[in-house]
Amino acid sequence: MVTTVTSLGRSGLHDWVLQRLSAVIMLAYVVYLGYFFATTPEITFTAWQGLFASTFMKVFSFLTLLSVVMHAWIGLWIVSTDYMPKVSIRIAFQAIVIVICLSLLVWGIQILWSL
Amino acid sequence: MPAISSILHRITGVVLFIAVPILLWMLQKSLDSAGYAELQSMFTESFLWQFILWAILTSVAYHVIAGVRHLLMDLGIGESLQGGRRGAWSVLVLSAIAAALLGVWVW
Repeated sequence: MVTTVTSLGRSGLHDWVLQRLSAVIMLAYVVYLGYFFATTPEITFTAWQGLFASTFMKVFSFLTLLSVVMHAWIGLWIVSTDYMPKVSIRIAFQAIVIVICLSLLVWGIQILWSL
Repeated sequence: MPAISSILHRITGVVLFIAVPILLWMLQKSLDSAGYAELQSMFTESFLWQFILWAILTSVAYHVIAGVRHLLMDLGIGESLQGGRRGAWSVLVLSAIAAALLGVWVW
């Protein structure tokens, strides 16, 4: 189907699964960060930098950012099909979203691994 | 209520997409000591930045709470008309509590 050419999973079922998998990863990250803020007596620069220094946190953060951009790609794709009936505008919007998602991902890698 | 909670899930989703570059920029700044100090003074002195932070965190809280409800409904919990109404109310009440707690934390 031509209508799904800009969707991430190319099918509704695939998008459905990706949307939930990415949601669970982001939920775990939010809980983990919440735990850090709740249990660290004083948030200092040293504690904060130390948190992001470990390979575990870099990979977890990257996995979460990957989930964020996949989730946003799918979510905004669905929203655009509801509110943008004109095909040219919708495809242009979806293309811009995809480019932004990929850019954010690359930027995130640079931030996480430049430490 | 279910209609309101659904449209808020969409609105917070769009808001959070816009928030991602802001959060990445903050992360980048926060990982060197000069930038960290700059952020610290930003969030203690500027009401606008405090509000932006609160708005982003509250959107996260709402989107996560409504998302968990979505996952529960995928598992067949709260799918009836009655359950749907109750679920939507629970999401709004829990989010209001989260918004208040986050406000206390930020200010």
